[in-house]
Amino acid sequence: MSDASEYFEHGADVGLIGRGATLEEAFEAAAAALFGIMTDVSAVKAEQAVSVEFEEADVELALVRWLNALLGQSQERKLALGRFWIERDGVCWRGGASGEPWRAGLERGVEVKGATLTGLLVTQAAGGWEARCVVDV
Amino acid sequence: MDLGQLQQVDAWCWTAPRRSGETRGEIRLYGSAELVAAMDDKVLEQITNVARLPGLVGPAMAMPDAHWGYGFPIGGVAAFDPDAGGIISAGGVGFDISCGIRSLRSNLTVADIEPALAPLADALFRTIPAGVGEEGEIRLGPGALDAVLEGGARWAVAAGYGSEADLEFLEEGGSIGGAVPESVSALAKKRQRGEMGTLGSGNHYLEVQVVERIYDAAAAQAYGVREGQVIVCIHCGSRGLGHQIGTEFLVSLAAGASRLGIRLPDRELACAPIRSPEGEQYIGAMNAAMNCALANRQILAHLARDAFRRVLPDARLDTLFDVSHNTCKAEEHVVGGKQRLLFVHRKGATRAFGPGHPALPARYRAVGQPVIIGGSMGTGSYILAGAATSEARAFASASHGAGRAMSRHQALKRWRGRQLIDELRARGILIRTRSMRGAAEEAPGAYKDVDEVAGATEQAGLARRVALLRPRVCIKG
Repeated sequence: MSDASEYFEHGADVGLIGRGATLEEAFEAAAAALFGIMTDVSAVKAEQAVSVEFEEADVELALVRWLNALLGQSQERKLALGRFWIERDGVCWRGGASGEPWRAGLERGVEVKGATLTGLLVTQAAGGWEARCVVDV
Repeated sequence: MDLGQLQQVDAWCWTAPRRSGETRGEIRLYGSAELVAAMDDKVLEQITNVARLPGLVGPAMAMPDAHWGYGFPIGGVAAFDPDAGGIISAGGVGFDISCGIRSLRSNLTVADIEPALAPLADALFRTIPAGVGEEGEIRLGPGALDAVLEGGARWAVAAGYGSEADLEFLEEGGSIGGAVPESVSALAKKRQRGEMGTLGSGNHYLEVQVVERIYDAAAAQAYGVREGQVIVCIHCGSRGLGHQIGTEFLVSLAAGASRLGIRLPDRELACAPIRSPEGEQYIGAMNAAMNCALANRQILAHLARDAFRRVLPDARLDTLFDVSHNTCKAEEHVVGGKQRLLFVHRKGATRAFGPGHPALPARYRAVGQPVIIGGSMGTGSYILAGAATSEARAFASASHGAGRAMSRHQALKRWRGRQLIDELRARGILIRTRSMRGAAEEAPGAYKDVDEVAGATEQAGLARRVALLRPRVCIKG
């Protein structure tokens, strides 16, 4: 996982942070942080792709919807996901990820149940964008 | 939490006075001074926000094991009147809808399992799908899954998982009324494919425990529990289906609250009036998820029995009770001398009906409902009984676990999974897991003192201690 993905303290669950030069990069880094709780994302092979699409005007709710859409796809398809991309066109968001079916040898971390609205913050600073929220594990 | 900002109601109950001009309901924090002082400031902030929600009846309460959650604190209890604008909150139930504990009492003693402990741990680990990425063997089409969502544990028994005898000792007889499978999205149903009969990960577990001490002989006798006896506890919930329902309604109710005339003090308290199309839709989906959780624990109980019998052919595991601790239930409660229908949110809190409650199985009615406080994998758990005072104190609610004292992040910095597992083995506790990270995050030292939580729960009049259980085998996800 790159330096763009980081974690912050939460009493029972896990707070995650994604940073990037653009909003989209910050969202991608947040996704890497989320799946980094479940496995070593750098070891996940890009064998299969999933795609997500949604409309959301509120960028903070968009972060939650993006992360939860990936979780839903990952669980429905029984895939470990490792690489992520997202594009924004106004209120329309299109993104996806690549990964592989869970296999022996992939690190087993902790299952994430969902991204929450707690600690939810998407901000733009001098160095770029930061997207953060608490995820329920 | 600074106790200086609180007022003591009695020896085991605290409140926060309202500021000038502040309009909200009462707050109660249950526990010893030490436990309340150790709670995160966020617990007070979150329970104060709950006290601002419409239609609240009685106080918004935090149990002795309360800690920072999302929306409600974990260990939060609040009741709402549907006929007074009361709300149902997706954030007050949580993602893992109807997460709970199934406890099974065995005909075995510690002497019976001691020589077979490692084979038993291995058999359970092979039989119980646990951890991220693990799937169960049960595959259900959409029609069959709808039957699960309507039937709960009754569906599981009819499908051959367990027996009718189990159902008497499950909340609502194992099947929650008011489930509406049509209110559950297609994605939620797809996420459940391969998830039936799986344990999950995080703080979920299957433990083989031994009764170390009896506190209440009459209740222990009613529950069929005695010193030295082997007990099995299974902690898990509604899996991917419940997570998806929580996810979807959390966002949609948060986005739609203002349209429904609700000013949310925290978006995570996403809610709708109970008597509204949005509220009714969530309630239908939530009840379906509760049935999913009840069916899941029923299947896991069946799998545990199979694993036990492969190692100890004469083993018998009967259901002691099944308690959910992430729920909102429609219940009758007496408020100000008047019987009222209330929707009681218990997020990380267990229902604890006292002696004589008509909803209890006849065998337990005289002593009160079994309550399970699950501890960490290295310390212990408690069986308690709903107390006569439970109703007046907290709408018949009690603690659900030890409660975390340290974040997962901090725990990871402090412990290594392999080392922890070796240390526990040296103490006679066998851990089986695929996740060294998960083991480290669940280190016993990352949890509050379960003895203190159980003691405070009893002293606060929420439930009384019946038995102390010590872990011997723990299957972790």
